[in-house]
Amino acid sequence: MSDRPGISVLDRPNSYIGRTVERPNARRLVQGRGAFVDDMKLPRMVHLAFCRSPYAHAEVVSIDKAEAEALPGVIRVVTMEDLKDIMTPWVGVLDHLKGIKSAEQWPLANGKVHWQGEPVAAVVATSRAIAEDAADLVMVEYNELPPVTDMMTALDPETPVIHKELGDNLCFERNVDEGDVDKAFAEAAFVAEETMRFNRHTGVTMEPRAIICDYNPADEVLTLHMAVQCPHMSKNLYAKHLGLDENKVRVICKDVGGSFGIKIHTYSDEMAAGAITVLLGRPVKFVADRLESFVTDIHARDHVVKARMAFNAEGEITALDMDDVTGIGPYSVYPRTSGIEANQVVNLTGGPYKHRNYRCRARVVFLNKNVMCQYRGVGHPIAVAIAEHLIDRGAVALGLDPVEIRHRNFIPDDAYPYTAPSGAIYERQSHHQCLDKLVEMMDYKGLRAEQAALREKGIYRGIGFVSLVEVTNPSPAFYGVGGARIASQDGCTIRLDPTGGITCITGVTEQGQGTETIVAQIAASAVGVSMDNVRVITGDTDVVPYGGGTWASRGAGIGGEAALQAGKELRKNILKVAATILQSDPEALDIRDGAIIDADTGTERMPLSELGRIAYFRGDTLPHDVQPELVVTRHFVSRGFPFVFTNAAHACHVEVDIETGMVKLLKYWVVEDCGTVINPLLVEEQTRGGVVQGLGPALFEECLYSDEGQLQNGSMADYLVPMAAEMPDIVVGHVETPTATSELGAKGVGEAGTAGAPGAVMNAINDALGSFNVSLADMPFTPEKVLRALGKV
Amino acid sequence: MKAPSFEYAKAESVDEALELLGRFGDDAKVIAGGQSLVPALNMRLAGPSALIDIGAIGELRGIKLDGAVMRIGALTRHCEIMASGEIARHVPLLAKAVPNIAHEAIRNRGTIGGSLANADPAAEWPACSLALGAVMEIAGQNGRRKVSAADFFQGYYTTAIEPDEILIAIEFPVISADYRSAFMELSRRKGDYAMVGLAAHARVSGGVFNDVRLSFFNVADRPVLAVSAAAVLEGKEMSVQAVEQAQQALGDDLDPLGDLYCSPEYKIRLARVLTGRVLSQLAAG
Ligand SMILES: Cc1cc2nc3c(=O)[nH]c(=O)nc-3n(C[C@H](O)[C@H](O)[C@H](O)COP(=O)(O)OP(=O)(O)OC[C@H]3O[C@@H](n4cnc5c(N)ncnc54)[C@H](O)[C@@H]3O)c2cc1C
Repeated sequence: MSDRPGISVLDRPNSYIGRTVERPNARRLVQGRGAFVDDMKLPRMVHLAFCRSPYAHAEVVSIDKAEAEALPGVIRVVTMEDLKDIMTPWVGVLDHLKGIKSAEQWPLANGKVHWQGEPVAAVVATSRAIAEDAADLVMVEYNELPPVTDMMTALDPETPVIHKELGDNLCFERNVDEGDVDKAFAEAAFVAEETMRFNRHTGVTMEPRAIICDYNPADEVLTLHMAVQCPHMSKNLYAKHLGLDENKVRVICKDVGGSFGIKIHTYSDEMAAGAITVLLGRPVKFVADRLESFVTDIHARDHVVKARMAFNAEGEITALDMDDVTGIGPYSVYPRTSGIEANQVVNLTGGPYKHRNYRCRARVVFLNKNVMCQYRGVGHPIAVAIAEHLIDRGAVALGLDPVEIRHRNFIPDDAYPYTAPSGAIYERQSHHQCLDKLVEMMDYKGLRAEQAALREKGIYRGIGFVSLVEVTNPSPAFYGVGGARIASQDGCTIRLDPTGGITCITGVTEQGQGTETIVAQIAASAVGVSMDNVRVITGDTDVVPYGGGTWASRGAGIGGEAALQAGKELRKNILKVAATILQSDPEALDIRDGAIIDADTGTERMPLSELGRIAYFRGDTLPHDVQPELVVTRHFVSRGFPFVFTNAAHACHVEVDIETGMVKLLKYWVVEDCGTVINPLLVEEQTRGGVVQGLGPALFEECLYSDEGQLQNGSMADYLVPMAAEMPDIVVGHVETPTATSELGAKGVGEAGTAGAPGAVMNAINDALGSFNVSLADMPFTPEKVLRALGKV
Repeated sequence: MKAPSFEYAKAESVDEALELLGRFGDDAKVIAGGQSLVPALNMRLAGPSALIDIGAIGELRGIKLDGAVMRIGALTRHCEIMASGEIARHVPLLAKAVPNIAHEAIRNRGTIGGSLANADPAAEWPACSLALGAVMEIAGQNGRRKVSAADFFQGYYTTAIEPDEILIAIEFPVISADYRSAFMELSRRKGDYAMVGLAAHARVSGGVFNDVRLSFFNVADRPVLAVSAAAVLEGKEMSVQAVEQAQQALGDDLDPLGDLYCSPEYKIRLARVLTGRVLSQLAAG
């Protein structure tokens, strides 16, 4: 039972809120009994492999498919000509990102290719192996064009324009200029200035992108079995671009092996699979292999930011001024666009702090590289690292401790709700409290003493801090207002089954993060049943309430609130029926552990199974005016604030080998405030996983492109994902400031770890090397870069 | 990532393996642990017409001490070398090197013969073989022959093994009195191929270095013995100056090429750091 202080409905006698419970789906997954797309076999199913462009930029002169089509087992080689009449192209723009532009995109090359890996032809065969054999036999003649691969020169007049019809290579630009930035810099006691680089990297999900498209020409129903974050969004897009009735598209998403934002976008190869099932009238399967994932799964980040921060003599930030350039791919990705990340950088940089003078320019430019779009933490790691690097520079210059300078600059606790100069509105944050708790958890004083002692022995350790805000629980302000049919509301249906258990059918989805567990905990608590008697169903658009799915850390906060409200309402309905049967008053009864009880005494009156029996099978015994309604659906959309911001403080402890430049991660601490903690273990797992996905790109991960636009490390042998052996222990603490936008009070937590870790490790490295007067701000911090900064190479 | 199709044949003896190799011709490949070959097949970097599976040939397995020689069958797995007390006692360099090879799952299947035949310039076993002056036993249609490590490695993924031959065993000299081995590599992540590595072997008697063998890997198309650095150290005691002179001399021994993550200058720098650290280990015993 919960021993947390009482907060309304969450503190019921058999509440699971705030408790670590076993994941209902863990047993299935560890026993290898999960149901992933690749496990499915449908009758008459065929397989796709793609012939992909070897060039970053070229005209397709001709495609000779004769030899490939002659190979036994090959059903057809499909090119864009075959699909043009079946579908329409798409353009990745949103109305609320003013001026954003992109070119029409088709599933297969339409005369030109724009990045290495772009699908040119699709081979349909009876097995994937045969399809791959045949893909090697498709003869494509290309006429190479000069590729645009340097974001810093992409807008120069000499640089070729990738899409002539767009006029230039600028996808999106946003400017903010608040307060009097120039004056603040003119009067500053100190100005910290740096050009920072945020490397291009990618998501590397354990399960690659996977889809089986099954069109039945007889009833014109398209069924999509896919690993996806937003089933309803996909349903809409396939219907729209294949000209199908949206009611006749069904998306089924069972287990998903990690998403991180990878499985939320429109991919050419997956859309091609949808068109080809319509063309052939039989199920078509496409599972990206690891090599094609590297050149087609969205990449992330790729920013160069020139930034400066002004301080007064007391160490208060007086202004922030920055210029951010992002190199995306040749298209803005549909339907969320590739402008959102830069937009987030503008919205969030310096978020925890109270300065009022803020200028920012963000430009997003097209390149002949793989497409770039939203990945775990969208914009946050950049926004956090910029401000946190500069504030540390200010601390050093002004002789302040990094903890002290942050306290001096945080938005005061009594200033909420607070509108930042970027326009972001914070309901309530706990920066002081989180940082205080962090300092205590890590024994900051002890670490500083140890650092000084070891330095005498030639051992260089460093401590890096970041404080951050994170966007969660978005309202329609994120996408809906821009015209995208991406739901920010979500729904949950809960049904009392005749045996006394409940079934929850939710619009939010499970990607491995524990959504099913959270929904089960909340529903069980709200109704009053044991979690063993809860079944959660997700991912089938024919079944679940219309909803947004998994993105922007919204599953628990939005989907959880819908489950809470549905559960409460169902309890009411059950008690109405119970009161009739027991000739009592609904107010005098309650439900606990699957039984109707007397609210006052807790005495059991009737098990739910008995109520279920009567309601479902012996309605004849109930009065005529009593109709049991034992299924309830409730929806929830976040209102009042465009986003519900969370906050956190992180610290990273490293040791730098000044002979080799190698950085060893010693330990990591996070204190996060995601409002109501529904399940401490899941919050900690999300935080740890998120931190690792932030440490990865700070130290290891980078998509290395040649000047010709060739990805040079597109395999697991060469692309360095973070591995367990290098990862430090990550200690997580909680502060709870529930949001008042929902009764549940939960904010999101999925991305905060990723948001903070790159900045924290950067600050720790610079702290370790403080005595050398170096400033490292070019991620990833490879050993060679560290040594070059030290002047030793 | 599906391998192109190929013929498959399993050999029960060395003779049968050789006969199959002859039958399938130059395009055939031997498969041992498959830890390098299978990824190459799936990535379509290799497309042999046939795979000759030598996994069942008992003669190719095992670790045997024979006087002053430790004979290790080509099919001996990395994990078996790691578990062997005999190896730790008599050829300690191998015991020191083996935990650096890949990860447990790969060490459970990968073989020493496969690693040597594969001749990845970043691999540990080739460098150890060169440091210790190992001898490779190779079988072909015309019988067996022995090739010294110095002659065995011929370039990137290229060895003295002819397409119709197989590697049978490797003979390492057992360590003599007064000799010491040390091994160190620098890699970004545990189990990765090293950025630069060093397998070293020397006589250290009364604090004086003799017969120093510094075998560097991932600095060239094959492991490289740093002969100038070794010459500098001959007859010297461990000292800051001796180390610095050896580090300096490496400039004559190594001319590394850069790779994805390391420039040539950085590799030289790492080679010098490793030299200092490894010499300290050798001196400390
Ligand atoms: C993720 C990963 C990490 C790795 N990291 C390392 C590392 O850090 N260091 C390292 O050294 N290795 C590493 N490896 C490679 C591993 O050590 C392999 O086991 C080894 O390179 C090859 O041995 P094998 O028995 O698997 O050979 P196979 O893959 O079966 O064969 C490799 C090649 O050798 C040939 N061959 C094999 N046996 C013989 C024989 N007896 N005679 C003639 N030719 C033969 C084959 O025809 C083939 O060309 C790694 C592998 C992986 C997958």
